[in-house]
Amino acid sequence: MRIVAEHLTHIYNEGSPFAVKALDDLSLTIEEGEFFGVIGHTGSGKSTFVQYLNGLMRLPSSKKRRKKKGDRTVLQVGEFDLTRKKTDFRALRRKVGMVFQYPESQLFAETVFEDVAFGYKNFAEKKPTAEELERVVRAAIEETGLDYESVRNASPFDLSGGQKRRAAIAGVIVTRPEILVLDEPAAGLDPLGKREVMELLHKLHGDWCKTVVVVSHDMDEIAENCTRVAVFSDGKVLYSEPPRELFKRAETLQALGLDIPLTAKLCAALEKRGVPIDCDFTIEDFVKKTLARKGGESC
Amino acid sequence: MKALEFQNVSFSYGDGAFAIENLNFSVEEGEFVAVLGHNGSGKSTLARLSDGLLTLDKGEIRCFGIPLNEKNLLTIRKDLGIVFQNPDSQAVASIVEDDVAFGPENIGLSREEIGKRIDFALRATGMEEFRRSMLSRLSGGQKQRAAIAGVLALKPRMMILDEATAMLDPKGRREIVEVVKKLNEEEGITVLMITHFMEEAMLCGRAVVMNRGEIVMQGTPSEIFERHEELLTFGLALPRIGVICKRLREGGLNVPDVLDPEELAKEIASCVS
Repeated sequence: MRIVAEHLTHIYNEGSPFAVKALDDLSLTIEEGEFFGVIGHTGSGKSTFVQYLNGLMRLPSSKKRRKKKGDRTVLQVGEFDLTRKKTDFRALRRKVGMVFQYPESQLFAETVFEDVAFGYKNFAEKKPTAEELERVVRAAIEETGLDYESVRNASPFDLSGGQKRRAAIAGVIVTRPEILVLDEPAAGLDPLGKREVMELLHKLHGDWCKTVVVVSHDMDEIAENCTRVAVFSDGKVLYSEPPRELFKRAETLQALGLDIPLTAKLCAALEKRGVPIDCDFTIEDFVKKTLARKGGESC
Repeated sequence: MKALEFQNVSFSYGDGAFAIENLNFSVEEGEFVAVLGHNGSGKSTLARLSDGLLTLDKGEIRCFGIPLNEKNLLTIRKDLGIVFQNPDSQAVASIVEDDVAFGPENIGLSREEIGKRIDFALRATGMEEFRRSMLSRLSGGQKQRAAIAGVLALKPRMMILDEATAMLDPKGRREIVEVVKKLNEEEGITVLMITHFMEEAMLCGRAVVMNRGEIVMQGTPSEIFERHEELLTFGLALPRIGVICKRLREGGLNVPDVLDPEELAKEIASCVS
């Protein structure tokens, strides 16, 4: 499923003195199969945008939009045209899974099994049989790396921080979404937990969801993981390109108040010293390219 | 003088999760100490024991020489302020200045003194321009600075930050660390910073690593980071720059462990042509 947005505008409290333009004629395409990063400082419109992707944010009716001259809004997620009122948003939400920031705060059921099963039951066309439910819930829980037998009857509130997050993610992927959208999936975890969550996302990207969209502040994670990155600023997309290209714009990004990955800082500092390193800003590649510059004798 | 001292402290939650046993630990007045550890290593327990939010089972805790017990609890809490993790759950008022005033009002200071304390606390945290702002309209970093101002208004001699930066974005984290560093250097406030961001620990004079309720490593940040293998076994990862230094050395480029990107670039530039 491909995501295409063109000329998307969103104004909070439109027509009131508190009107705020969150998205301003935004255009962005995310191809199927990408591990896509969304960055931008607070208030740049990234959360508003991702909420459109599974219909949590809706466009005003086409009647209202026609009143404004020359409305050219396009918002297409796979076969779903989100500009139309009649679109089956239920079906859309099954295909586009959304993991919010601190998803563990949304755990609610008495057992992990019930919590994960909730989403599936909610979206099922007809009531699933006990065997079917057991099968899909087991698959989702095991996919996130939790041990099904030991957690199924446990209270989600008794799990550790990292486990809670996995359980919450299991509750979203249980409907087998094609697109998985995550808002700051690794925030608040310790370094090890962070690495485990990123590894989980790569695993999901490989064998569970075709497309992964991650909103993150962690530029190092973005540089290491994403195929392409969109930079949001004032409701527009400034750049949409691979990290390899994007992080060459160190100064522009810093002027926007954004951080850059450590590798990009090193490359910029080295360039000033007359040692340009052309790498894709992963640690792996940076080390390789730097070592390639090494002369014969060690120093 | 010791700002905080744990003598043979034992504590358990009673559910078999883990226990602190015979812990000895101290912080000198004026020190800036980082406590590192993965989630569940006991570092927050340490903070909560220090100001009596949790009651120890055995041993003794002293804060600026005063033993922590029920009688001294309020005296100690005037000297020892804690900033917690979640910026949204520690505000008591809706306007920044009212929130900062809460502490001094509570200990019954005069109106003029409260005014002075608020001025001082907001200036020290760089929050003067938000004096009359709604807390709910502030960014996470600003909210945490307001929380720090609320603690500062009590003129504590020591501050504990219990993962006060964990829920913030990188910019917010920098704001907090800079403010705390300044308070330590200029106001002489002793700081105990509990964190799992290794980068933050780099700024401290001393770092302590906890695992399963025990202190397992101690030293200057660079001494700690040199022992990467050990860190990994305690569920901590090296800061990224440490990983790069290590990999470059493995590839035969002889760079020392440095913490600043500029410095590393200098080292690399001097090694390659």
